Amino acid sequence: MNALLEAQSVGHSYAGGQLGCEDVSFRLYPGEVLGVVGESGSGKSTLLGCLSGMIEPSQGSVRFDAGGQGLRDVFSLSEPERRLLMRTDWGIVRQNPRDGLRMNVSAGGNVGERLMAVGARNYTEIRGEALDWLTRVEIPSGRIDDLPRTFSGGMQQRVQIARILVSKPRLVFMDEPTGGLDVSVQARLLDLLRGLVRDLGVAAVVVTHDLAVVRLLSDRLMVMRQGRVVESGLTDQVLDDPQHPYSQLLVSSVLQA
Amino acid sequence: MTQNLLKLRVQNLHKTFTLHGRGGIELPVFQDVSFDVASGECVALVGSSGSGKSTLLRSLYANYLPSSGKILINHHGNWVDIASVEARTKLEIRRETIGYVSQFLRVIPRISSIDLVAEVAIAGGSPSEKAMEAAVGLLRRLNLPEHLWNVPPATFSGGEQQRVNIAMGLVRPYSILLLDEPTASLDAVNREAAIELILEAKKQGAAIVVICHDEIARDRLADRLFDVSQFKAAA
Ligand SMILES: Nc1ncnc2c1ncn2[C@@H]1O[C@H](COP(=O)(O)OP(=O)(O)OP(=O)(O)O)[C@@H](O)[C@H]1O
Ligand SMILES: Nc1ncnc2c1ncn2[C@@H]1O[C@H](COP(=O)(O)OP(=O)(O)OP(=O)(O)O)[C@@H](O)[C@H]1O
Ligand SMILES: [Mg+2]
Ligand SMILES: [Mg+2]
Repeated sequence: MNALLEAQSVGHSYAGGQLGCEDVSFRLYPGEVLGVVGESGSGKSTLLGCLSGMIEPSQGSVRFDAGGQGLRDVFSLSEPERRLLMRTDWGIVRQNPRDGLRMNVSAGGNVGERLMAVGARNYTEIRGEALDWLTRVEIPSGRIDDLPRTFSGGMQQRVQIARILVSKPRLVFMDEPTGGLDVSVQARLLDLLRGLVRDLGVAAVVVTHDLAVVRLLSDRLMVMRQGRVVESGLTDQVLDDPQHPYSQLLVSSVLQA
Repeated sequence: MTQNLLKLRVQNLHKTFTLHGRGGIELPVFQDVSFDVASGECVALVGSSGSGKSTLLRSLYANYLPSSGKILINHHGNWVDIASVEARTKLEIRRETIGYVSQFLRVIPRISSIDLVAEVAIAGGSPSEKAMEAAVGLLRRLNLPEHLWNVPPATFSGGEQQRVNIAMGLVRPYSILLLDEPTASLDAVNREAAIELILEAKKQGAAIVVICHDEIARDRLADRLFDVSQFKAAA
């Protein structure tokens, strides 16, 4: 099987020399879920930005296999090509649903818009599919015409997920997908994500500070500290038998993951 | 014929935990452990509490990382060192070749018992209907009351949880089975049911490594004993 995404010595420094991340390399295969954990400021969001085409890394390369054509450098694509990729093969779940949704467009419209971006034109079909996806993320069908701002945070997050998954991406990036939600809502959202990732076979990179989230969702885990990956391996191995001093500290600081 | 086919080869395995949080002290567990397990054979790990039986078994499942040595797994006829191969292959080996029953059940929360068992089969490639049938068959043979099938095991008794755990480990025809105290919290009737199932897997050619304090169960399952305390590394 060929890799879907490949990071090679990816590094990024912000203007002014602030280190974001450095020397990150890995390969992600179709259907695999990679978790990224680490302390605040360790470069997780920076890395996710580099991987998902939003931040051009100052070092290294990010390559993606669009439609089985072999790995191509994401940042050597033309701007329209990259935009198309972001709307079709990729989905980015933002920590704040407001960044991932159009707040002045109805829930159904938010989902339908992604379909139109990939060429759907039949209004009835688009609405039908939007409704189907909103139902899958447990949004009552009666709310399809409501604006996202009338929804709770957890519901907004679910609309965002429906919006992304409707175009059947092959790779989803998530930055703290359960951040800011209360615990019972987190649990439902996680169950939902896990089911969808399973059923659709999409690959994902999930950034979180919550070890229980990666225990549940990810096959593999990378632990980051000060911009670097200090340990990586099978999720359960890294959590049950962490090798690096920082991973040991991270695991021992939580009660039970 | 298949009786002599090796499924698992452990070579010069060594495990030391380094506790960085406690000044980097080293906790040597075992060194230079080597043994082979063939198809249809069951080896019981023995040794005092803390001698490293579970650590060894977890290493065989790639849940713990050995400090050195090899763990060669016969994965579809190829020898693969599960200790050093890339993560993706470790997962593939777990899906397709090795079944593991941990000492205590630890599963994805909020999923019903029957789905937990069926999902293992589905992940290994069974169509969902077949997987569900297999799950039903196993839970029935393990006498898990039917009204519990649709309940997540979080609230189950120790013995009920352990039966879900056993069902998850036996639902696929794995060629290697790693069992950590599979019968520990079971009453006599359920212990018998579990032993029968494990013996059937063995007859079908599984290479089994088991930890089992209960001597009656151990005598029925194991062809030979492997004493882990003999390999205690100097501190
Ligand atoms: N736009 C920016 N300009 C300058 N420095 C930045 C910028 N964004 C992030 N940084 C810095 O880069 C480093 C890594 O930040 P990043 O957001 O990737 O961390 P993180 O691991 O996602 O942290 P958190 O868990 O708090 O979200 C930090 O030191 C941060 O201050
Ligand atoms: N994740 C871990 N981190 C650090 N030390 C560990 C870890 N797991 C086990 N150990 C230590 O390794 C040693 C062997 O433990 P292990 O659980 O393998 O023993 P055991 O032979 O299975 O004992 P028992 O019969 O009581 O189950 C013990 O000293 C234990 O504290
Ligand atoms: Mg961040
Ligand atoms: Mg033990």
